Amino acid sequence: MRFHHAALILALILGWNAMAHSQDAPRPPSDVIAVDQPNDVGNTVDVSWSLSPDDRADVSPRLVTRYDVYRRAVGEEEFVKVGDQPPGASTLADSNAVRDTEYLYQVVAVGPDEAESAPAAAAATVVPRMEYFRRDRAWFAVIVFCICSTVVAFIVIARSGRELYIRKIPGLEAVDEAVGRATEMGRDCLFVPGIMDINDIQTVAGINVLSRVSQLTAEFGARLEVPTARSLVMTAARETVEASYYAAGRPDAYNEDDIYYISDEQFGYVAGAMGAMVRERPAACFYMGVFYAESLLLAETGNSIGAIQVAGTAMPAQLPFFVAACDYTLIGEEFFAASAYLSGEASQLGSLRGQDVGKLLVAFLLLVGCSAATIAGLTDSDSAETALTFIKDHVLGDKGFLP
Amino acid sequence: MKRTVPLIIAGTVGFVLIVSYFIPYTESWGEDAMTWFNILAAIAFVLGAGNLVKMHLKKISDQQAGWGYSAITLAAFFFTLIVGMLKIGVTPSEKYPTNAWAGPYDQAGSAFRWVYDYLFLPLSATMFAMLAFYIASAAFRAFRAKNVEAIALLTTAFIVLLGRTYAGVWLTDWIPEESIGLEADALRLDNVTGTIMNTFNLAGMRAITIGIALGVASTSLKVLLGVDRSYLGSTDD
Repeated sequence: MRFHHAALILALILGWNAMAHSQDAPRPPSDVIAVDQPNDVGNTVDVSWSLSPDDRADVSPRLVTRYDVYRRAVGEEEFVKVGDQPPGASTLADSNAVRDTEYLYQVVAVGPDEAESAPAAAAATVVPRMEYFRRDRAWFAVIVFCICSTVVAFIVIARSGRELYIRKIPGLEAVDEAVGRATEMGRDCLFVPGIMDINDIQTVAGINVLSRVSQLTAEFGARLEVPTARSLVMTAARETVEASYYAAGRPDAYNEDDIYYISDEQFGYVAGAMGAMVRERPAACFYMGVFYAESLLLAETGNSIGAIQVAGTAMPAQLPFFVAACDYTLIGEEFFAASAYLSGEASQLGSLRGQDVGKLLVAFLLLVGCSAATIAGLTDSDSAETALTFIKDHVLGDKGFLP
Repeated sequence: MKRTVPLIIAGTVGFVLIVSYFIPYTESWGEDAMTWFNILAAIAFVLGAGNLVKMHLKKISDQQAGWGYSAITLAAFFFTLIVGMLKIGVTPSEKYPTNAWAGPYDQAGSAFRWVYDYLFLPLSATMFAMLAFYIASAAFRAFRAKNVEAIALLTTAFIVLLGRTYAGVWLTDWIPEESIGLEADALRLDNVTGTIMNTFNLAGMRAITIGIALGVASTSLKVLLGVDRSYLGSTDD
């Protein structure tokens, strides 16, 4: 009788333990798939799975606290943890894989108290491979190649001596007028090259315009002040202005202290530049480069001191402010055309014609896309739908060169 | 030589960055190039600080107009530099309790953090807040009805401004959703604003963006090929 009682108690204890374990450990995830990430150097595997049935947001506390992802190379014994994801997540990119190594992945759901579900293994192994070219950017590469080839071709044509017609850009015509006016009034010119560093192409474009402006101030004998927000821009601006003064035969008039650093901090820089404007009262202000909220602060201060103002930027959100507050504004592409336009060099003017051909290419693509979308919308034409899908997914999307 | 070497560096790094965008094997080369730029920029920061001190000391010694501001600038610069570098008010981190300097320089309660929270942030916010007044004065000039184009601009701006406020919704919510078989609610001011912004304005912005993209490509190519050398100081080599 005693033996029966002891056996019953033991069975109850074992049963309780088993029940408690089954309550803590969540049910495993399913449908684990591991695939090589395309268009990479061969070090990433994308792992995905279907959530554990116990992974429910409406149950509190949650029965699944995270998913652990493991992998092992074929030939090795033990699985190694490569990462984890919070509940509700069903993908993980393992970016520490070794190229050309065959791996097997498994995912485990982890519950409270670190109780792990049975592992769910991927049905197949995966071998990460390196792609030699990013196929998702194939069309972009083609378009870049076409535009760059056209620009280079027109530079060559222009160098051969052929005349190219370039339309007048009033904002750039005004540069000479502004510097001339400052000289007549016996006041300074102020050039603001934006707030970004020299690795931004807009800053480089701004410095290119500065080259022309400083050449004019050297010739006319006006003082040019250039406050900068970056040390490297200050150095580049000094080199540019010094060379312009040398080229104009006025090295004595060059003063490197007129090109100075204020602060990397956006509003600190603006406060410094605005202070210089109010104190020095320049007659001509140029804003050429990258601008954010400070665009209107600078332009309105310039307006309040009665300066003639020319601005140029490729920041679409700031263009309305410059248009409202400045006398002339170089909008987007005009700003990038400025250097070529002001230099008047044939090789540089050729690049502008190359840009125009690029615009034609874009206009052609727009026309084809809009036509395909319109026809596909109005009729049940399969070919129009196919063309539209191809443009959206392949030319503008990331699905490669051809279907 | 002074211009040839920078040209070679600019061209090489530029083409590496382009190639790294299309060829996965070279992706890390592009990242290395950007790391080098960051190192250069960090070193140049010392140059900027040196220039700042030199300029303002000169202004103070010459007693130029506004030299008092220069004195305040220098005092603020050195004060922030010292409290940040000496980590004044920073408590040692839990990991290295015996090392007084182990805590982060911008720790809550430190002198540097105090300068940031109670001087820098309010001053930046003040500058940003001034925009409201500047927008009003710029809008007043821009929207003056001088000619047909200005009147069109003024009308459009009026509709958009009104449509983005509750007054615009309130004024036109009496218009039914459908009338004589047409979607009449398209005439409500908030919907008209949406149409202006998402159709006319967006089309214009996209045209500008396309032009900018082409300009960036063209300018970058000129710089990389050395056709445009203005940024190096001269067109002559």
